[in-house]
Amino acid sequence: MEELTAGLTKVGTGLAAVAIFLGLLLVIFFIGARAKGKLQFPAAMIVFLGPAILLLAYGLIAPAFLTTVGSFQNPNGNEFVGFANYSWIFTTEANRTFLTNTAMWIIIAPLVSTGIGLMLALLLDRMRRESISKSLIFMPMAISFVGAGIIWGLVYEYRDPAETQVGLLSQVVMWLGVEEPPNWLLWQPWNNFLLMVIMIWIQVGFAMVVLSAAIKAIPGDVVEAAELDGATGWKLFSRVTIPMVRGTLIVVFTTIMIAVLKIFDIVRTMTNGNFGTQVVANEMYAQAFVQFDVGRGSALAVVLFVAVIPLIAYNVIQLRKERTIR
Amino acid sequence: MTQRVHYDDVSLVYPGSTKPAVSHLELDIAEGEFLVLVGPSGCGKSTSLRMLAGLEPISTGKIFIGDRDVTNVPAKDRDIAMVFQNYALYPHMSVAENMAFALKIQKVAKDEINRRVKDAAALLDLTDYLERKPKALSGGQRQRVAMGRAIVREPEVFLMDEPLSNLDAKLRVQTRTQIAALQRRLGTTTLYVTHDQVEAMTMGDRVAVLKDGILQQCASPRELYDNPANAFVGTFIGSPSMNIIPSLITEGGVDMNGFLVPIERDILGKASGHEVIVGVRPEDLILSAEGAEMTVTLVEELGADTYVYGTYPSPEGPVDLVARGQGLAAPKIGTNVKVNPQRTYVFDATGDQKRLS
Repeated sequence: MEELTAGLTKVGTGLAAVAIFLGLLLVIFFIGARAKGKLQFPAAMIVFLGPAILLLAYGLIAPAFLTTVGSFQNPNGNEFVGFANYSWIFTTEANRTFLTNTAMWIIIAPLVSTGIGLMLALLLDRMRRESISKSLIFMPMAISFVGAGIIWGLVYEYRDPAETQVGLLSQVVMWLGVEEPPNWLLWQPWNNFLLMVIMIWIQVGFAMVVLSAAIKAIPGDVVEAAELDGATGWKLFSRVTIPMVRGTLIVVFTTIMIAVLKIFDIVRTMTNGNFGTQVVANEMYAQAFVQFDVGRGSALAVVLFVAVIPLIAYNVIQLRKERTIR
Repeated sequence: MTQRVHYDDVSLVYPGSTKPAVSHLELDIAEGEFLVLVGPSGCGKSTSLRMLAGLEPISTGKIFIGDRDVTNVPAKDRDIAMVFQNYALYPHMSVAENMAFALKIQKVAKDEINRRVKDAAALLDLTDYLERKPKALSGGQRQRVAMGRAIVREPEVFLMDEPLSNLDAKLRVQTRTQIAALQRRLGTTTLYVTHDQVEAMTMGDRVAVLKDGILQQCASPRELYDNPANAFVGTFIGSPSMNIIPSLITEGGVDMNGFLVPIERDILGKASGHEVIVGVRPEDLILSAEGAEMTVTLVEELGADTYVYGTYPSPEGPVDLVARGQGLAAPKIGTNVKVNPQRTYVFDATGDQKRLS
């Protein structure tokens, strides 16, 4: 009974909060609507932009600022240490693993995902019932990274070769004649690539769908003109198809790269960064929330943030360029 | 080297369709000739052209370019150049690159490519635009680039699929004469598709009229106008189009509601029934004191000519007629006037409506 009343009070408080929020909005709109003459434009700006700016400031700008400040502080956040946290990231021998791993991730995973996506888009373009195959390939996109990690954990499952195998990969290579498959997730440095496979499995669908739309948008008569000009097969692909979807290719590549740069969930669920598979984002989590060294965690977050900026800027510029051409 | 083109009994039936898109097409295009394929939309003219290009399969029959049977030769090996309706320029290449593309694929020497592109650009007035992308060009310029892309190839045959339909009316007339002049100058065999009979008549050495995938007649523009093979060709060629008047055969000619139009007995003898179709060009149907009566519905005064439109009650129901007023005061709308055919074509009333006279 007590629990019920407690629950009801909670619901009541929630409802009251919503009501107060709506009331506040009403008041703001009312005041905004009464503004006349010179005040009208500034009032409209405050009414429409104000709430968004406040929320952004509270949820994004303030944390970003605090994180940046924290990255120059000691683990407890009560003393400034200059660039010590940053020099720790880049000069500690043990940190090379996650730096090189992340570098490998952001080059290999987007390249392979975009490449396979492009190939599938081309192959499926002329297939009958392509929507079915496309849906199947796109489906991993709907699975969370954690879910995908669990699924692939089963694929990479290790059992003693003498026992019945549970892991799909082990069984397949045993059928292919390998007598003693390794314990995949401990198999350095290849375990990194096995983790990348999961990311690629998820991102290929995205790359394929977007690239397929771009390929379909190439006018049929341009392809016919190229055929009459003697460009078929590989020449048609490399000289006409690729240049005409170039913008889309770049956007797909950089979008996947941004996702990969932040990669955390897959590594966390599969190996938790052990066995030489650590990446920047997981190290950040480990430093901030396992070791409680807020300074180093913040510094890692800032490094990630700075690394993403040029990619996003390039992406936006590319999108703008395409828009102006159109 | 320019070549002749020969369609040998070519048919195309699309899968899932019983009606052929093109049926038993038999057509010869002489070396250096400008032949225009014309017909209403869906008549198979574009399909015929695309079959020659190798972009459309052929169900039965053969196509020859020169002495070479190209029926099963892929499009890229047919040595033809095509100008598309929407130009189909490569958007990522400059004008010069667009024109040079085919030559680059053929691995023609660089100097030769440059020379040909420059010549074509000079010919088409594109020299100042060679470095531009197609997006920065006007519709007329794009059309010229498409022409240039075909010219630099120096192919055996040019194919043009309604290349003027995206231009505005004024530019179309201008470009029409330019293309015709260019073709005469280059002397390359050309197959040109259009739905516009004025384009067909003004540009072609010969004009082939298609309807429902069947070739109706192929002749010089003058011949088509003067001697249409059937009622369809008669009405399709000429503007305003030929009057079609269903009439009953009587003693000494045909009866137009009590007015006798004299027609020779042996012509009418070939008719398959009691009725024939009398075709009269608007300029041959004049207002006169003697003639068949029609009710005026519209009068168009064009300065030099006056066209009088009216309805005439034929045995097949009312038909619309166009007559030429001869400098007389134009009749009022709603009044009855008498029209007198000066020159007639007689077509069979049934079947293909073949010409009898």
